Amino acid sequence: MRDENIRILVAKIGLDGHDRGGLIIAQALKNAGMEVIYTGLKNTSENVVEMAIQEDVDIIGISILSGAHLVLMPILMDELKKNNADDIPVIVGGVIPPGDIPKLKAMNVREVFPAGSQVVEAVAFIRRLVQERRKSTRAS
Amino acid sequence: MYDGDILDEIRKRKEEWEREIQDEQGSVKERKEAFTTLGEIPVKRVYTPLDVVDRDIDYLRDISFPGEYPFTRGIHPTMYRGSLWTIRQFMGFGDPRKSNERLKYLMNSGAPGLNVAFDLPTINGVGSDHPLARGEIGRNGVPVNSLEDMEQLFDGIPLGKVSTSLVIAYPPIPCMYIAVAEKQGFRPDQLRGTFQNDSICRDVGANVRVVPRRAELKLCVDVVEYATKHMPLWYPISIVGYQIREKGCTAAQEVAFNLSDGIEFVRAFIERGMDVDSFGPRLSFMWNAHNDFFEEIAKYRAARRIWARIMKEKFKARNPRSMQIRFHTQTSGVSLTAQQPLNNVARVAIQGLAAVLGGTQSLHTNSMDEAMALPTEDSVKIAVCTQQILAHESGVTNTVDPIAGSYYVESLTKDLEDEAMTYIEKIEEIGGAVEALETGYVQREVTKAAYAYQDKVEKKQEIIVGVNDYVDDREPNINLLEIDEAFERYMCEKIEKLKAGRDPSAVERSLDKLREAAFRDENLMESTMEAVKSYATLREVWDVYRERYGSFNEKAHITGL
Repeated sequence: MRDENIRILVAKIGLDGHDRGGLIIAQALKNAGMEVIYTGLKNTSENVVEMAIQEDVDIIGISILSGAHLVLMPILMDELKKNNADDIPVIVGGVIPPGDIPKLKAMNVREVFPAGSQVVEAVAFIRRLVQERRKSTRAS
Repeated sequence: MYDGDILDEIRKRKEEWEREIQDEQGSVKERKEAFTTLGEIPVKRVYTPLDVVDRDIDYLRDISFPGEYPFTRGIHPTMYRGSLWTIRQFMGFGDPRKSNERLKYLMNSGAPGLNVAFDLPTINGVGSDHPLARGEIGRNGVPVNSLEDMEQLFDGIPLGKVSTSLVIAYPPIPCMYIAVAEKQGFRPDQLRGTFQNDSICRDVGANVRVVPRRAELKLCVDVVEYATKHMPLWYPISIVGYQIREKGCTAAQEVAFNLSDGIEFVRAFIERGMDVDSFGPRLSFMWNAHNDFFEEIAKYRAARRIWARIMKEKFKARNPRSMQIRFHTQTSGVSLTAQQPLNNVARVAIQGLAAVLGGTQSLHTNSMDEAMALPTEDSVKIAVCTQQILAHESGVTNTVDPIAGSYYVESLTKDLEDEAMTYIEKIEEIGGAVEALETGYVQREVTKAAYAYQDKVEKKQEIIVGVNDYVDDREPNINLLEIDEAFERYMCEKIEKLKAGRDPSAVERSLDKLREAAFRDENLMESTMEAVKSYATLREVWDVYRERYGSFNEKAHITGL
């Protein structure tokens, strides 16, 4: 499995304009050989899901720093389900208080990278997750 | 500063000293091969008078006395011996009534400068009842959807007697503030404070864009033109480097990008027909206070020197006050860590000290819990006390600019000045700050610097205590402020109630007038004022602006990658 084949959607939802983290991770994933589609700012959950399906991505990375994650993430996860796309794994990065991490995971968010996380860890996690997912799709 | 004989002697002794500290192989064992500032400026082992002299730093020309051109040592002759800086804590969340309580709490706990943050739906001109507002209402600031919310926010606070900073751009919110003051019996010429009103910083630093860039600039110029005529005590714009620094640029870039932003505005004011000395003394600035102590101090000094020369030489200002950088500082939010949050108290104290030694006029010190959420009252109290300790216990306020004359700081000030000037000239070549944003140049430079920094952190070339070294796995045990989610519904219902209770024909008339003024390209302050006084909502006013200028197209402007 070569990384060039991994496609990831890096997305910003809502009005949150903090894009430093999203842009850094996008750049790091590109440097790691992945194909990155960046949504830009001010997206609704609906258009993020639409883009993810259209672009046939392996994984969605959501960056939120405004504190709205517990309101916006359930909407996004529901939207994926409604579109039968909830097999696309979702990860979240940003300003996430420790107490909110289990709440996000209970919504089926696969991993959370709070402020201070290492970008290399996030890149490694994404690679592992996509490879496992592809293996299991092939097996079934 | 030194005569030739003494310099020759110093030069000779320095060469001897360099030889003496070397081992047999001719090298000196140190912790790192090369030392640099946070912004990658090389730092030498030791600085001497030679660094000042060899770089042609002239005391009278480049440093001079406090309160004298080029103001390197500060804008006031007596600085903190005369009066201390203003403790100005940024605040705003939840219900306007709740923010009103917090404002009063801050006023009573020794932070007399009010500094109000507005939530994302408000600063983006959409309001609480817009679909994109979900999850954001009252979260990073106070929501203000109409004059009614503004009245509640400042209820019982006599606006003619306080100094208020409103962290927002464009006419609607300033108009609401002036309208509330009038209702309390104060005239615009009695009001003291600052509108941030810098569309460029909000664009590049915070990605707040409502209408296209040139139109945003026009709306900000409207506010300044109005205030220059009617609000002589007010600072109608604060040219802000804070946010772009938070986004990851270096100290030298912060100076350069922010002063380019200032140049763009000054040009726009002059094009509008204003005399440089009519608005020059009412310009204010805002800077970040980041981790590298000496680099930050040098940054404030370099910025003052560059701006003084730009205003005098480029824009031909005659009033010395037009050449001064009056500034507010906020300690760096991005430098705070969610890990071991109590450590942030120490970071903030060091950053605050840099701002004070750099000659700030007002200061916001961040609270230790802000890497995770908005601060609680207890943590705000510690942040305020940190400033009181700096002011009254540290002794650094006893003399003006005690750091001047440090060979290192004077040399570093020159380094920052030179690097910043190179960027400023580059941006002028591109066609100014707005054009440099349109081409994506500034955004790419910022992302590059942010990425380089993250890379150094991951390689442990930069150590962040508790994050990539000295890690403590125990969960932080502090209480965080939470926003009640039923509140979102409440704010939307409040808009419906307002609309049901107001005079619809008055609203319609005022919005029609606003539309006519907008299409005639007039200054929109008076017509916006009338609209907000008729209780037109923030969103209704912005809808008229959007009708005239169109919305900013985010998809066409994905930059920074």
